[in-house]
Amino acid sequence: MSLQTTIYLVVGITFALYIGIAIWSRAKSTSDFYVAGGNVHPITNGMATAAGWMSAASFISMAGMISFMGYGGSVFLMGWTGGFVLLAMFLAPYLRKFGKFTVPQFIRDRFYSKSASAVAVICLLVASLTYIVGQMTGVGVAFSRFLGVSSSNGIFIGMAVVFAYAVFGGMKGITYAQVAQYVVLIMAYTIPAIFISLQLTGNPIPQLGLGSKMVGSSTELLARLNQIVTDLGFNEYTTTGTGSKLNMVLFTLSLMIGTAGLPHVIMRFFTVSTVSAARKSALWALVFIALLYTTAPAVAAMARYNLHTTVNSGIEQSADIFAEESSLKGDERPDWMKRWENTGLLAWEDKNNDGRIQYYNDETEDASVLASASEAGWEGNELTVNNDIIVLANPEIAMLPNWIIALVAAGGLAAALSTAGGLLMAISSAISHDLVKNIFAPKITDKQELLVGKIAMALSVVFAGWLGLNPPGFAAGTVALAFGIAASTLFPALMLGIFSIKMNKYGAISGMLTGLFITLFYVFAHKGIFFIQGTQYTDAFGGPNFFFGISPEAFGAVGAFVNFIVAIVVSKFTKDPPLEVQELVQAVRIPRTAKAKGTE
Amino acid sequence: MAKELTKSKAYWFATLKLLGAILVVWITVSFGASIIFVEFLNKFSLGGYPLGFWFAQQGSIYVYVILILVYLFFMGKIDKKYDVHENIDGGYEK
Repeated sequence: MSLQTTIYLVVGITFALYIGIAIWSRAKSTSDFYVAGGNVHPITNGMATAAGWMSAASFISMAGMISFMGYGGSVFLMGWTGGFVLLAMFLAPYLRKFGKFTVPQFIRDRFYSKSASAVAVICLLVASLTYIVGQMTGVGVAFSRFLGVSSSNGIFIGMAVVFAYAVFGGMKGITYAQVAQYVVLIMAYTIPAIFISLQLTGNPIPQLGLGSKMVGSSTELLARLNQIVTDLGFNEYTTTGTGSKLNMVLFTLSLMIGTAGLPHVIMRFFTVSTVSAARKSALWALVFIALLYTTAPAVAAMARYNLHTTVNSGIEQSADIFAEESSLKGDERPDWMKRWENTGLLAWEDKNNDGRIQYYNDETEDASVLASASEAGWEGNELTVNNDIIVLANPEIAMLPNWIIALVAAGGLAAALSTAGGLLMAISSAISHDLVKNIFAPKITDKQELLVGKIAMALSVVFAGWLGLNPPGFAAGTVALAFGIAASTLFPALMLGIFSIKMNKYGAISGMLTGLFITLFYVFAHKGIFFIQGTQYTDAFGGPNFFFGISPEAFGAVGAFVNFIVAIVVSKFTKDPPLEVQELVQAVRIPRTAKAKGTE
Repeated sequence: MAKELTKSKAYWFATLKLLGAILVVWITVSFGASIIFVEFLNKFSLGGYPLGFWFAQQGSIYVYVILILVYLFFMGKIDKKYDVHENIDGGYEK
């Protein structure tokens, strides 16, 4: 069976599985969407949360980023897991006790204000839409490879599938479909990693393999990788960070508090049965996420190693990497390279016309590398590899069997779909319920509300797809911006709502607006106004990263800090919240329900 | 009423103390071991891993899981001690 047929088959079977499960669990559950999670076991809920949480950015893009960034990629690993500690301790149990279904609903009741709720809807929309743009980039990559089309066509097809999936899956409990997606996704991620770890280190556990010696050698994998990349003029793998230490701390912190502030993740904790179930769900979600996140560094380093050894045979034979015969002959390049060339995400340009591929860092500051390269007749780096293809191409690079390559394609699609579906649900409920029904047109019927929700979904998909064609960066990079926005707006409002009894509506509203404004101001300066290319305005402030060398992805933590300060100062000078709201906050802090359930 | 209020205050204080302690470990591992003191820790190694690199790409994640476990355990104890734990046992499908 050809590779393409196998991919169609595996992707087809997994899609049939999700749809089948969705139909089956819908037929069984009579309760409506919002309480669908109410009687779900914390392990099941944790698995579904993990699937909804691990997006195309986690699955497709993250290991690729780490692969090329090395140690600097740790910000994604820690940022996207560390936030669950905050979520489990500071938010999940209290939001569950509060007993509302969406973030804007919480904001409206806690801050006794429709305007606060409207501001929360705006923050939620900006964060979720940015997040979906990142997803569409990843979906485009997955579909372009899977169908052998260009990445723009991949995005168009992805838009259609995501929309159909969200409209269909959004009706009733998609929890069990997400459990299936988790299983597919984690198998697709770990199985190739196990094989590759075995090939390179003889250790089947990738987390241990990464810290082991190479097969038939006394050199450690990471030490060998450091050697290879520095010989080729790239930065050392295990030590090169992302900007200054301050930048790395803030970048990690932004992703962490963004994790705890993203509406589609928080939503899952509103719907578990008890406060202790909310705490346990957060634990299980992190356990399931950690399985992928601790594998990712191994995937990243091993893919980088395999990529270099594929292109330069001098590495494995410990021969001169600058010798003519070490560089791979263009005609003999493996099929996976040709397939990825079709998508436009990998390119080979024979600059010195020697018919061979030279892959090195031609902008290195290491003069000896440049000298050896020019002596060998190399006229610049000839291979460009998009970060986002690393995970999908990984099994092909390692020459694993076809069914594994197909499984990885299915896993990437599962990751993208489950998250995009959850995000579209959050957007549509925010617009149709929290904005239109609660504020502008309280008299609309349920049917009209549903229609508004679907229109909102369709517009979001088109908007995200359009921006996905001109993305502000790699999938994981764009998603990082979404976290910064959630971090600087919703997280402080939620925290203050629970931990500060005296926090009032004026403080919350001014805090959210300031946080949103300065974060967007900084992000748009670097990435263009509403991410439209060519509208960047960093020059007006003295070049990129003008605020203490902080990158726009790391700015969310600064925005959150400003949000907290503004909110606290404003609330000190304005009227305290009404007594019943203060009592409400007291009640939220205690797990046991004083009155019978459902008194609201 | 006054007694109730002091009790809930004491409960909240105990909760905040636990959250604070966990947060300190969380910050130390995430920002201390993995970022600020990474060069120093990289002088040591854990198998083939430089130690600082291991914290940043493996260790921190394991610590997060353990921290939530610790939180679950002690929070359950605090809930029982102040008699505010939920009466219902789960309520989900077994």
